Amino acid sequence: MSPALIAALPFIGAFLPALLIRTGRTHAAAAAGLTSGLALLGLLLHLPAVLRGEVIQARIEWLPWLGLNANFMIDGLGMLFATLILGIGILIILYARYYLTKADPAGQFYTYLLLFQGAMVGIVLSDNILLLLVFWELTSLSSFLLIGFWKHLPEGRQGARMALTVTGLGGLSMIAGMLILGNIAGSYDISEILKHREAIQSSDLYLPALILILGGAFTKSAQFPFHFWLPHAMAAPTPVSAYLHSATMVKAGLFLMARLWPVLSGTPEWFYLVATTGLITMLIGAKIAIFKDDLKALLAFSTVSHLGLITFLLGLGTKTAAVAAVFHIINHATFKAALFMSAGIVDHEAHTRDLKRLGGLRHLMPITATIAVIAALSMAGIPLFNGFLSKELMLEEAAHTVWAETTWLVPVVATLAALFSAAYSFRFIAHGFFGPVRDDYPHTPHDPGIGMWASPAFLVTLVVLIGVMPMTFAGPYVQMAANAVVGGELHMHPIKHWHGVTPALMMSGIAVVGGIALLALFKPLKLLWESMPRPEAKVIFDWLVEGFADLSGRFTAALHNGAMARYLMLFTLGSIAAGLWAWTGGTQGPITRAMLPVTPVALVGWVMLVTATLCVVAFHHNRLLALVLISIVGLIVSICFIYLSAPDLALTQISVEVVTAVLMLLALNFLPKTTALESGRLKLSADAALAMAGGLAVGGLIYALMMRDFSFETMAAYHLAKSYELGGGDNVVNVILVDFRGYDTYGEITVLGIAALVIFALTEALLSGTASRKLIAWRPDMVRGGDKHPLMLLIASRVILPIALLVGVFIFLRGHNLPGGGFIAGLVVSIALVMQYMASGFAWTQARQKVYYHVLIGAGVLAAGITGAGAWFNGMPFLTSDFGYVKLPGLEKFELATAAGFDLGVFLGVVGSVMLSLGGLSRLARRAAAIEDEEGAHIVAEKPAAREVAAAAAVAYPAGTPLPRRWLSARAAKGEEQ
Amino acid sequence: MEALVASAIGIMTAAGIYLILRLRTFPVVLGMAMLSYAVNIFLFATGRLAVNMPPILGHAGANTPGYTDPMPQALVLTAIVISFGMTAVVVMLSLGAFIEAGNDRIDLGEEEKTK
Repeated sequence: MSPALIAALPFIGAFLPALLIRTGRTHAAAAAGLTSGLALLGLLLHLPAVLRGEVIQARIEWLPWLGLNANFMIDGLGMLFATLILGIGILIILYARYYLTKADPAGQFYTYLLLFQGAMVGIVLSDNILLLLVFWELTSLSSFLLIGFWKHLPEGRQGARMALTVTGLGGLSMIAGMLILGNIAGSYDISEILKHREAIQSSDLYLPALILILGGAFTKSAQFPFHFWLPHAMAAPTPVSAYLHSATMVKAGLFLMARLWPVLSGTPEWFYLVATTGLITMLIGAKIAIFKDDLKALLAFSTVSHLGLITFLLGLGTKTAAVAAVFHIINHATFKAALFMSAGIVDHEAHTRDLKRLGGLRHLMPITATIAVIAALSMAGIPLFNGFLSKELMLEEAAHTVWAETTWLVPVVATLAALFSAAYSFRFIAHGFFGPVRDDYPHTPHDPGIGMWASPAFLVTLVVLIGVMPMTFAGPYVQMAANAVVGGELHMHPIKHWHGVTPALMMSGIAVVGGIALLALFKPLKLLWESMPRPEAKVIFDWLVEGFADLSGRFTAALHNGAMARYLMLFTLGSIAAGLWAWTGGTQGPITRAMLPVTPVALVGWVMLVTATLCVVAFHHNRLLALVLISIVGLIVSICFIYLSAPDLALTQISVEVVTAVLMLLALNFLPKTTALESGRLKLSADAALAMAGGLAVGGLIYALMMRDFSFETMAAYHLAKSYELGGGDNVVNVILVDFRGYDTYGEITVLGIAALVIFALTEALLSGTASRKLIAWRPDMVRGGDKHPLMLLIASRVILPIALLVGVFIFLRGHNLPGGGFIAGLVVSIALVMQYMASGFAWTQARQKVYYHVLIGAGVLAAGITGAGAWFNGMPFLTSDFGYVKLPGLEKFELATAAGFDLGVFLGVVGSVMLSLGGLSRLARRAAAIEDEEGAHIVAEKPAAREVAAAAAVAYPAGTPLPRRWLSARAAKGEEQ
Repeated sequence: MEALVASAIGIMTAAGIYLILRLRTFPVVLGMAMLSYAVNIFLFATGRLAVNMPPILGHAGANTPGYTDPMPQALVLTAIVISFGMTAVVVMLSLGAFIEAGNDRIDLGEEEKTK
């Protein structure tokens, strides 16, 4: 099986439990187990080859220009980790089937678990550090879901957040480090990076890269001072803790250090950073674990301590230490997973995990007790169990490690840590399972069914087998993985129990005896411990997070204070400043074009445009007048387009002008008809100055542009030359729209459709809730015309409709060769329809409407898309058009182009969007006018409060706000008198 | 001619900027419309000005001395239609805000900010 498929399988399988949970928990668990099993099988098929020293690779190019490729490889290290992840995964899936209760959403659980499993397998099989980073982040996210699985528990949510924050930050740091590393090595492929040890270690950026990468590894593997998240993650269900904290999540950091060991290790920086951190973590974790009463908390701190142990070994940088590290990774995974599961069984059966309330369980649950005791003895480092062997190797290494020229420090600290470790393991056994049977358990415990203890029992069997015959059961795998870690053939000393009386044996003896002594003195020591002040990590963490959240909140509030006028002002100011900077810094070539002569017509147009524009500004307080004035501007702009050889633009502009005017009038139906004077003289002057500066800048820029020739040859020549030949049309603008740049147009009609749907959604929102009541109680603020639907207009518009539609069809059909096309035709037809609404009323027209405008929008986008996709059948890329000439009897020869189908899509899209937008506004107006209707009267009768709400809404300005012009004020005063 | 077009663009831009800095929604909508005109003509003018040279090829009978650049025209054509969509959304938003809040200020008031 390809390594890529092995990594992909859990992700694919993650869907199954979510789907199968409807048929029961057992099916969901079975699907998850089978997925993991299949992946494990695929992996193990490669085992013989990997044991021979081969590396299985799968290379898939993804984004090669970024160096990001989906390259996977299975080497010894990846094989070992993937086996642990998948193997223990299967055991956990089985265990969780019986651990989770009916109330727990087991489908979600298995889905999350498989996502997490896939991310972990991805990390250990990646041969590309960028890909590895992707999987690394995925483990952070999926473990967040798992840790916070019990959403109803605040501890669960807080623990999940803390884990995500810490490991997520570490991930960011690691990204930076990895990018530096890849940059030094010249490749992001791990197999390539591992060949550049000298280049990396001699680089100036070695130390920053090292620190950043370790930031990621230490946070993930809970090394001091980032260890605090791990115990809080214990709020997760026990199967999660057993999985995350024995074989997977926290081992990811160790994996990374082992993976990059060949290129990063062996320097003093590496030694002092990694080995020291590991040593401190080992000691602190073990010390805290002794005094924890909660079984899982004890195991959590013990995990921290053991992770420290492995980190310490990797930090030493010697090959024998690497062997010991690999061996302890296996051993820790086996006994710690078994211990977590045993703790879970105790919790499940006795309903408590508190050591103070437990004891004597070996009589009540003998199977669980046997499993737990064996695993705990292995953790304590007692001979015949696997934990002893790797701990011996560690102590052996520690015995001759010199730290800053002191020979005694490391051995003493290591022995002390081993001693603490023995102490908490003994306490776990003695206070949990030994002692007299009590009669005050919250629930009388007994051994669970085989489903729950099968998994830990299997692991404990491994603990014993590896402990008794290490070279048979673990030797080849340790050799295989250690070879991959050190990057070459390694001569491994056989792992055995008896080496003679070595320093390690003596240290081990001291640890065990000391551990027993500590346990005997536990009560006074505990009192001493409790009387000492201890820093509480959660408090510090919460304080930090709160501080940052507060800071960000204040920063955002200051930046984003809700004053839109200020944003727009700053935006304009920034744009002008940027323009000024570019203008003063850049150079411009000489003027190369002669100015076109100014004709009298152009001059008249200019005068009208400028006058209308200035009048809009001057009279904008009178909103209806401003609307008329701005329409003049639009009209002159259309004429300007005709004059300057752009007939298509002129047609578009003038039809858009009409629908915009209708739109604004509909809006003004509700909005106040006047704008009062609110800004002071200072603001007005400042705004005017800013506006003038902006206008000057834009005008100057376009003048400079127009007076110079193009710096490069434009695409115009190509379009003009090929328009007829390739697109089959004479109207080059239309050919560009439907053919050369059809993809753009396709996007644009989609956007237009979305805008119309947004308006529809807004209308729907306004037509329900309080806004609807306000609308119903609405009273028009202006005197209405007497006749709602004047007869003349009504008749004329109905007569004109077929003609207008025909004009639309005509404009559509001629569009490919003469000015026109889908956009313009769509607008013309919309105007024809809007006229019906205006003349005959909304209800009359709506009753005769056969097709919903939503359907038109959808049909338009679909028609354009299908036409575009048709090119595939021709063996051409999306949206390539084709055309030919057809002769029908009785008609002239005419052209048929596939582009016409596309243009039809544009047409439909435009009609649908325009009508849906205007229709939305009309519906609001109709709701407001519905007071006479049965429904409106009904609502007002039922909810008289509606009128009061509306009255409050009508006061748009505070009392006494001045109106700008005398005549406007005078009219307002006259209105009040009446 | 170029000077006329450039000055018109400049004046419309200035008017648009002044209007979007007002405190009520309707002038701001007007300002956006004004800026749309200015920007559309700006984009169109980057193809340089030409009189009586529409980019309609001669096959259908029309005969012109040359053709102006069709590319900016195609871009501006869609821009005009899209700016209608944008105006419609903005109008609808301001209308909804007015009906819900009872005033057409564009800035958040003190009581709205605390929400």
